[in-house]
Amino acid sequence: MSRFMPRTFWQWVFAALMVAGLYATYIRIFYGLGGATNLSDQFPWGIWVGFDILCGVGLAAGGFTLAAIVHIFHLEEFKPVVRPAILTAFLGYVLVVVALMFDLGQPHRVWHPIIMWNPRSVMFEVGWCVTLYTTVLFLEFLPVILEKLGLQRPRRVLKGVMLPIIIMGVILSTLHQSSLGSLYLIANGKLNTLWYTPLLPVLFYVSAIGVGLAMTIFESWHSSKAFGRELEWPLIQKLSRVLAVVIACYLTMRFLDLNHRGAWAALEDPGWESRLFVLEIMLMAVPMLLLFRERTRQNPHTMYAAVTMFLFGFLVNRLNIAVTGMERASGVTYIPKWTEVVITLAIVAAGFAIFKLAAKYLPLFEPMHDSESGDPEGAPDKLQPAATPGD
Amino acid sequence: MAKAVLYDNVLCVGCRLCEAACSEKWKLPYTDEIAGTEKTSAQKLTTITTHGEKFSRKLCMHCIDPACASVCPVAAFEKTAAGPVVYHPEKCMGCRYCMMACPFQVPSYEWNERLPLVKKCDMCAERVSFGGITHCSEACPFEATITGERDEVIAIAKKRMEASPGEYHPAIYGMEEVGGTSVLMIGSEPYEKLNMPGNLPKESLPTYTWAALKHVPDVVILGTVLMSGVYWITHRREEVAAAEGGEK
Repeated sequence: MSRFMPRTFWQWVFAALMVAGLYATYIRIFYGLGGATNLSDQFPWGIWVGFDILCGVGLAAGGFTLAAIVHIFHLEEFKPVVRPAILTAFLGYVLVVVALMFDLGQPHRVWHPIIMWNPRSVMFEVGWCVTLYTTVLFLEFLPVILEKLGLQRPRRVLKGVMLPIIIMGVILSTLHQSSLGSLYLIANGKLNTLWYTPLLPVLFYVSAIGVGLAMTIFESWHSSKAFGRELEWPLIQKLSRVLAVVIACYLTMRFLDLNHRGAWAALEDPGWESRLFVLEIMLMAVPMLLLFRERTRQNPHTMYAAVTMFLFGFLVNRLNIAVTGMERASGVTYIPKWTEVVITLAIVAAGFAIFKLAAKYLPLFEPMHDSESGDPEGAPDKLQPAATPGD
Repeated sequence: MAKAVLYDNVLCVGCRLCEAACSEKWKLPYTDEIAGTEKTSAQKLTTITTHGEKFSRKLCMHCIDPACASVCPVAAFEKTAAGPVVYHPEKCMGCRYCMMACPFQVPSYEWNERLPLVKKCDMCAERVSFGGITHCSEACPFEATITGERDEVIAIAKKRMEASPGEYHPAIYGMEEVGGTSVLMIGSEPYEKLNMPGNLPKESLPTYTWAALKHVPDVVILGTVLMSGVYWITHRREEVAAAEGGEK
């Protein structure tokens, strides 16, 4: 029994969150959305949509970004980080679906869009894409499980069809990552002008690519800490350079868009909107500038700090669109209830825990020892020479 | 031709008989407390609102191109040919996108139910579709709420405005807002003062979504071609390298 007692600080935090999460789940089930949330007719979407879904799907963007880099653009050197990225993505999507079950009023009808079609609905498209893409991610991750189980034949069969699966995965991701932004196009007149723009889908897509890269770096850092592995340092350095460029593109688009729409005036309005807008932009612009500097990229600690800062900038952006920017037109103030926060944190904690277990028991970081020629990538998997930090 | 409802706040005396008739139709309790709450909710699908000496009314506007029907992932909302926008509760999965999308904050949710559904005015589709009039129109003693063909109702509105120009704000609300609505309003004040959103675009809201959504097939086709192409090029280099290496 003592095996299951929490020992470290984080294990205690985890245990506490799970207990609180179970209690919050009980409230959600027996007292409904009214009992478990501070949502209202005026403010129907809270942090379960803004954080669990909008941020969750974004944070899982590393899966398609890295799959495209390695398998489509054939930059084989990034192969060591593909598997953890795909696992994070798969876990991310599964947890998004779990969160969706809390948020839906009729969770047992979540399958309805499969047979009740409405092609004019962005949500319909997102639902289909997320369902299909979660399947794709499962198939992309399946080789790792098959490898663990030593099932060579099914593994080879799967490899033969992997290319179309990967292409499909990138397309599905492109569609729904951008469509999460399109969800808010209908909110013309409701979403604050600092965020409402016809460019929302494009901005969501570009920032998702940035977050995909940032999460890959973030994971590499944490798994190297947790498992005493060597950080894939040269890879991470390259990724962080690409990340700086992606953030630069994103911020340029934001700037031009605000300029064209003449939306700067909204900043003079004193209120939470403009302050949180500035916070969001700073949390992206500062890490971008830092990552452009050679010195930041040479030090794992400063780079990690910059990447984490950008991840927070991304979270603030999504929450600004889902909550901050929607508040004024709604005429009410929305502050999430403790149950909303606890369930969100419990889902995040579960994600960390499952990732850790998977990293412990699955061949996540081992190089693929696949000497057979059935490799659709056409090249034998090369072992990257171990690099030392700072070289 | 589609039906429409006209609300005229100049004729409205705030008697709330429309509220009572609506609650009766939906078999909802109608107490003094509910009557005093000037907010729509799952308990009250239409309400009179007081603005100084004047009144206004809130009900579903039954948009000609409704945002709720366009955003619903399971098509639980339907704009019927007769005019009403109706809700099919058996389809609804409870995502509440309709509520987020509605420019008039109309759909209400049964927040305290374990398996909640949306509630909203359906313009008494069960009557209007067969030539009848809504319960609220029937209940109104002063013709402040009337039901008729949309162009007929507009003609009546214009006639009233011409008859006593000093009493009316010179515009019919719902003619152009979000592409036009099947509930129209004429009144004594600018409509912002009567609880109506004033910053709505003239285009229907689904047009803004469609501007992005229509590109989905392009992304699929272009994406497949591009990625297959990139794959072919990046792997071709390797094949060439391997072949040349073999010759040497």
